[in-house]
Amino acid sequence: MSVTVTKPRLNPVSKLAAALVIAAGLVFSVDAVSAATALALELVLLAVLRIPLRPLLARGAIVVVAAALTALTILLYGQPSGTVYWRFLLITVSDGSIDLAAATFLRVLAIALPSVALFIDTDPTELADGLAQVVRLPARFVLGALAGLRLVGLLRQDWDQLGHARRARGVADRDRLRRTAGQTFALLVSAVRRGSALATAMEARGFGAYPTRTWARPSRFGAADWALLAAALAIAATAVTAAVLTGQWNFLGRH
Amino acid sequence: MSESVVETRPVRAHNWRVVDIVVAGVLGVAAGLVFVLWNIASGPLGEPLKAVLPGLQGLIGGGWLFAGVLTALVVRKPGAALYGEVVAATVSALVGNQWGVLTLESGLVQGLGAEMVCGLLAYRRWNLAVAMAAGAAAGLAMAVNDLILWYPGSATAFAAIYTGSGILSGAVLAGAGSWLLMRGLARTGALSRFAAGRAA
Amino acid sequence: MTGGAAVTAAGWSWRHAGRTGWAVRGLDLTVAPGERVLLLGASGSGKSTLLAGLAGVLGDGEDGDEAGRLLVDGGPPAQRRDRIGLVLQNPDNQVVLARVGDEVAFGLENHNVDPAEIWPRVRAALTAVGLNLPLRHETSRLSGGQKQRLALAAVLAMGPGLLLLDEPTANLDPAGVLEVRDAVAAAVARTGATLVVVEHRTEVWAPVVDRVVVLGAGGQVVADGPPGDVLRTERRALTEAGVWVPGVPAPRPARTRRPGEVLLTGTALAAGHPGGPTTAPRDVRLRRAEVTAVTGPNGTGKSALALTLGGLLPPRAGRLEAAPGFAPVPRRCEPVRWRSRELLTRIGSVFQNPEHQFLTARVRDELAVGPRALGRSRAETAAICDALLERLRLTGLAEANPYTLSGGEQRRLSVATVLATRPGLIVLDEPTFGQDRTTWEQLVTLLAEIADEGTAVLAVTHDPDFAEVLADRRIELAPTELRAAG
Repeated sequence: MSVTVTKPRLNPVSKLAAALVIAAGLVFSVDAVSAATALALELVLLAVLRIPLRPLLARGAIVVVAAALTALTILLYGQPSGTVYWRFLLITVSDGSIDLAAATFLRVLAIALPSVALFIDTDPTELADGLAQVVRLPARFVLGALAGLRLVGLLRQDWDQLGHARRARGVADRDRLRRTAGQTFALLVSAVRRGSALATAMEARGFGAYPTRTWARPSRFGAADWALLAAALAIAATAVTAAVLTGQWNFLGRH
Repeated sequence: MSESVVETRPVRAHNWRVVDIVVAGVLGVAAGLVFVLWNIASGPLGEPLKAVLPGLQGLIGGGWLFAGVLTALVVRKPGAALYGEVVAATVSALVGNQWGVLTLESGLVQGLGAEMVCGLLAYRRWNLAVAMAAGAAAGLAMAVNDLILWYPGSATAFAAIYTGSGILSGAVLAGAGSWLLMRGLARTGALSRFAAGRAA
Repeated sequence: MTGGAAVTAAGWSWRHAGRTGWAVRGLDLTVAPGERVLLLGASGSGKSTLLAGLAGVLGDGEDGDEAGRLLVDGGPPAQRRDRIGLVLQNPDNQVVLARVGDEVAFGLENHNVDPAEIWPRVRAALTAVGLNLPLRHETSRLSGGQKQRLALAAVLAMGPGLLLLDEPTANLDPAGVLEVRDAVAAAVARTGATLVVVEHRTEVWAPVVDRVVVLGAGGQVVADGPPGDVLRTERRALTEAGVWVPGVPAPRPARTRRPGEVLLTGTALAAGHPGGPTTAPRDVRLRRAEVTAVTGPNGTGKSALALTLGGLLPPRAGRLEAAPGFAPVPRRCEPVRWRSRELLTRIGSVFQNPEHQFLTARVRDELAVGPRALGRSRAETAAICDALLERLRLTGLAEANPYTLSGGEQRRLSVATVLATRPGLIVLDEPTFGQDRTTWEQLVTLLAEIADEGTAVLAVTHDPDFAEVLADRRIELAPTELRAAG
């Protein structure tokens, strides 16, 4: 029954907590030093955890692009300070905004990377087990969301059928936006109907009938999980310390 | 036929039934999928807005705020707005986006905004005005959150425009939009187990 | 652990919230422990409501009003959940978790069963229903019959004394129906549990049950007794109520027209969903006034073939071409390349789930979608709609929201919408899926009429009676022919 483990499996909750800890450490300051330090240490951590490379690069690319766009916004519209290089309408490119933009780019990357990497192969059921057993979130609500997730596969089939139907009924030639909106609504109806039927089945099987429940798949928070948390704490602490020591710590962008 | 006594079972209106939890979960998940699409669309939609007026990209924020309002309008129980928004944010984060784990934090904050409006009305009023107010509150929460976390050090003009457009988007897209969705759902009979489906 | 539960209904009534009529009024019924009951009656007779009430899932004051008493083992069903198991009609909407083992364990977890006991009971339940799959097998990859057996296993793991089945085989192909029926029979024989089944296929369940109860309008007991007796004495009433009574043959409509010109020709045509397996190449010819039935077990690609012939999926191999008079432009003779509006007047598709086709909020508007898309005037459209409403007996429902119609009415509506634009070919995917006898007869008569008017009809079906009564030609898909994606 139990799967033989070759390396200790990490509880999804510890991954979540690790990502949150790192994010918390970085979120209060926009400076290149803390972000770069964190980023470097994260890459080391991901290498140690042997996160699969291909999906990491794929998702990582999205994050890099998004980070760049955010940085661009700051570059153009950040608080001006120092030499101003270009002024146009509301755009002000200055020393200050350039620094902030570079720091923002690194910061977004440093915050998003662990989230993306650590969740690459997370099983939703495992995550739900962890959230309910370890974090002690109310079990009924966690499982309700998990059951909702179950319907996604069916909804994808429904979506295809809805698309075919629209073509067959002669309305698929033009007006794509309105058609997509109508199709989305029909999908929502399908989702609610399926959900109501599922709720009946779940209730009949005793869901929510008793104040407590037992767990067939115990979610354990082991040594590896604590180690990950410690590593995340270390990364966050190092990043903040480095920034403070170099005098670059920049509480929410105000010098 | 003998006269039988009709027992009125106690209506504990603010208790979550199983169907409330599951449908709220389903709505949250469905909204989360829309969030994923909206994440992708936010690039091409947001850039032109940014170019016209910096901060105006707050106008597309409503696309990430409707989960809580819609769930609250359908299920009408305490905590529904928070639950719906958090579940949707979780799905969005699991699929992967540029805000990573902080998506959950955004969802929490935004959901709380909508939840507070619903709570102020003791979870009894569920009309269009309430929907728009809840959406606006979520928009305000989103704007404040984003300005602190993602656009720190931005100019005052940017912050003001972003906040204003966020509130507007919340009220219209998330608030009125969710209300229309809820009414449409009710008319199809899909909400027959909910008060929302019977008030129609 | 087991042993049958006793059921008592004394003057029991239930009214759903927001409705004025009572779904069940003053029902008196007693079921002894270990009895096996088949519950019959027309739609609207409160069968599903009774079952839901017995399972304790009707809800509290927010969901409706109750009168009288409904007891399982002397207590309210909601307090006896561990003694009661419920299996519903739709296999897809009962699966809670992603893996087979987890799914069966779900009920045990809810009931606070000791974790050490859970997995042995899960394995025992799966073996009992003949589902010998690894515990980590994904539930999304199960067939309909397997999913229903999984639901049954999930219920049996809790060791119920009362087994409630609400049309458990209505959505299954013939093989799946027998799988589930046999699994239920074995379970009941082994545990001695009380069984209450609602179905309209009596010949499937007659060997398993020892008592038949018929409910009339408003939920009164109209007949009650051993299967042989009740099915014989109530034969006429039951058939009118839409129940398939053994010994009453299916009506066979007379057909007057001979097959006409060929509309669509498929040469070495193979069909399949993109990225999935394909059917074997075959030649297909669809002619006017001819009914072709595509038969075969579930999972053999019948739906994909229907979509391909309907011009909605491109062929995976071979060619599908329309006759020159049928195509809009002689050069573009492949239906998949036609524009949506061109498809509208040539090939109409009716899907398994009518709700997937609804576009509007009123039945009348639904019928008008096709004509409006073709640019017909208001007056013409209204005339077409009225004629169709009349023909399909939907006039009283013209202003209703299509989603609120019953299953049979939705089916008639989806066929009507297709007829509004008078296509030369109509493709139907499982038209008799989950339908009772009354709707079945209506559909068969309607399709025979349509064929006699000169329309080509293609029906994908796993219903052998339907194929036997209507088909002029058959295309048989075999499970062995599915090829993996190239």
